[in-house]
Amino acid sequence: MRTKFKQIKIVLLFILSSHLTFAQTDMDAIMMGKRQLCIGPGYSSSSWKNYWEGTLKRENLNLGTVSSQAFLLMGAYGITGKLNVLFNAPYIATKASAGTMHGMKGVQDLSLFIKWMPIEKEIGNGTFSLYTIGGVSFPLTNYVADFLPLSIGLRSKTASARLMLDYQVGNIFATASATYVLRDNIKIDRTAYYTTEAHLTNEVEIPNASNFNFRAGYRSNKLIAEAVLNKWTTLGGFDITRNNMPFPSNKMNATTVGVNFKYVITKNHALALIGGGNVAVAGRNSGQATTIYGGIFYVLDFTKKAKPSTKAEPVKTN
Amino acid sequence: MKKVLLYTIGFMTTVIVVITSCSKEIVGRTDNIVALNPGKIDINAGTWKPILLSAPTDITVAAPIATNTPEYIAQINEIKSFQANISEDEKRIVKYWSAGAVLRWNEIMRELVAKHNLPPYQNADGTYPFPSANNPLAYPQFPFSNPPYAARAYAYVSAAQYDALVAAWYYKTLYNRKAPYKVDSTLQVLVPKSDLPAYPSEDAVVEGVCTEMLKLLFPGDQEYIQLKAAEHRIARIIAGTNVRSDMDAGEALGKAVAQKFVARARGDRAGVAAGNQAYWTKLETDCKARGETPWISLENPARPPMLPLFGKVKTFLFDSLTAVSLRPGPPPSTSSQQMKDELEEVNQNIKNTNREKTRIVNFWADGVATYTPPGHWNAIAADDFISKNFSEVRWARNLALLNMSLMDAVIVCWDTKYYYFNPRPSQLNPAIKTLTGCPNFPSYISGHSTFSGAAAAILGHIIPDRALAYDAMAEEASLSRLYGGIHYKSDCTTGLTVGKNIGNYAIQKAMKDGAE
Repeated sequence: MRTKFKQIKIVLLFILSSHLTFAQTDMDAIMMGKRQLCIGPGYSSSSWKNYWEGTLKRENLNLGTVSSQAFLLMGAYGITGKLNVLFNAPYIATKASAGTMHGMKGVQDLSLFIKWMPIEKEIGNGTFSLYTIGGVSFPLTNYVADFLPLSIGLRSKTASARLMLDYQVGNIFATASATYVLRDNIKIDRTAYYTTEAHLTNEVEIPNASNFNFRAGYRSNKLIAEAVLNKWTTLGGFDITRNNMPFPSNKMNATTVGVNFKYVITKNHALALIGGGNVAVAGRNSGQATTIYGGIFYVLDFTKKAKPSTKAEPVKTN
Repeated sequence: MKKVLLYTIGFMTTVIVVITSCSKEIVGRTDNIVALNPGKIDINAGTWKPILLSAPTDITVAAPIATNTPEYIAQINEIKSFQANISEDEKRIVKYWSAGAVLRWNEIMRELVAKHNLPPYQNADGTYPFPSANNPLAYPQFPFSNPPYAARAYAYVSAAQYDALVAAWYYKTLYNRKAPYKVDSTLQVLVPKSDLPAYPSEDAVVEGVCTEMLKLLFPGDQEYIQLKAAEHRIARIIAGTNVRSDMDAGEALGKAVAQKFVARARGDRAGVAAGNQAYWTKLETDCKARGETPWISLENPARPPMLPLFGKVKTFLFDSLTAVSLRPGPPPSTSSQQMKDELEEVNQNIKNTNREKTRIVNFWADGVATYTPPGHWNAIAADDFISKNFSEVRWARNLALLNMSLMDAVIVCWDTKYYYFNPRPSQLNPAIKTLTGCPNFPSYISGHSTFSGAAAAILGHIIPDRALAYDAMAEEASLSRLYGGIHYKSDCTTGLTVGKNIGNYAIQKAMKDGAE
């Protein structure tokens, strides 16, 4: 299945500071056509008042509501119809509505993905496809990670591998994927810290993580409407102790549910709007965040032919 | 396009290989340091002037059994049988403790301070619970090891270690019982040998002091402390540095000296430093009566000020009248132009912050869940002392001088803070948001500056070739509080000066204690 468009979605706001992971297309079963570049700006707003301190849900009158806004540039390029390269890079600003703590802002991490669809075949009444996605991310600036929950990110360089399965019958589809994320150690500005024991070093071990994503709904060339369940689990780390501040190596888990929409405005598929939102329904050492987002995408065609090659191709459905 | 593909795949493969090939294992700064091998054994340290003891003979240490007795030979054989079946874990603890008893227990202390440096969560009615030493494991756990509590804990433990080691050295030279490997030349020793007499064991002295002092200071962590103590004792026997009777005598001496310090601590007024509602209100009304804007808590719900009577705690380096005389003159009036200017200076620092300034703020923050600024100066000192190969008794003496300076600095600083009760910048201008936690006590004078001024002064005396570096660190620590938006410039500069004055008392003491 090929379409010129990609979706934007926030994976989840998995840490207290509502770091946004705008990894929009590494989790969906949509590919750009050959030599097509889809690019556009996105915006996201997220906030939480309650958070999980370990497993204890609480509020913090010295933070009030912690909010973050992200502006990002993202894109996808079709090397072939079965092989896409994706990127995104956000600028994030955080603030707390109460207390004296200063918000933080800056350009966060660049994420790059290679998405490959090795299998696509008709099974039963529908089409089954399998994707593998490899990704890396690294900080673009020297932002402060050790100021949670107001840091804009963790500064950890990551590498991820995702396996994704998609099945579509008519306009109805379901996609499921699982990811393992390797996360590199980080360095912080201080020379010692305490987790569940003392560490006399400025280096912090950031535990690896896993991610499960399930989405299902309606998908056509004109409109995509889907419900999304996402579960992020930190494989290690420690709980925030009572009334302590969060720390980058906490065990940060979050489960979110949400919806996504994509609507194609123009006939030739060159311009589309996306939007959606999600809420955290379970978590650990993370904010109970509500997030909304939106974006505009434009497709640039670099094929030498006058006509986009993909246009003539049958879409997966119908 | 193939190029793009190749580059992208190549780049990602490289990154993945780099990330996965890097071990995530982290090595702490002192995990693998070499065994302590003192350049000088300070054989005359038994004549050094103790802090609380009037003389080493205040504590009696019985004469050791002779090295030709069957009992002593049995103790040598205990070492041999340990060494014959030494496990990897035993090798690990021998190596760990060989780095130095004073160093390792200082690290354990810093760990306990960091663990307990957490402000209690409020009650449902908006008041705050106080930790109870009698029920240390109930929430909020005892202690809340904030900077005053921590400074006092470091000082008592260091001073008690020093006195106990002076006594140990006295008895070492008095009885002159050799180390087991000098008695039995067939005995292996797994750490550097020493000409120092082995009875009583200096390691066991330090361990005995710590286990006894920490019952008072960290009563809820006994399991961990006893585990470390047992490990320490056995490590020295396995290493072949001491027979069991060296250890027993050392531990008993350490505990006996510690009990004298515990008695002092119980009467030093720290236990009542939290004050009560009537006193907290009086601080506010007195300040208003002087025509000044009083400090108010910026926490929600408002938290009582941290240990307002800590300024009355008994000092180590000078008497209480001297402590009062070290209190600086008043800060600029809250209604003065100078205060307005200083407030704006804070505001501008926050508005024009940069990554180097935030690095400095974070490096010196030493806030919640850390070993506090006094702990940070212990860490700085320890890193330098390691390279100096001091004897255990000199390690203890130097840390005692440092930690008495830090404790007395807290006392004078806290006295000053509550005498003037000056508001924080964010109170006078709520638009000022801070780049580190805003401490819940009055502004003038800066604690970080006072501690750092005192620490830099005494450390510069102990290691003169580092004096300029310590001064620069103190200056940076002081300014970090302005950069963080929680102190006015005059809090910082006055704090540094007051700290230096306090450090000079420690220098005077150092010049007369017989160690120089």
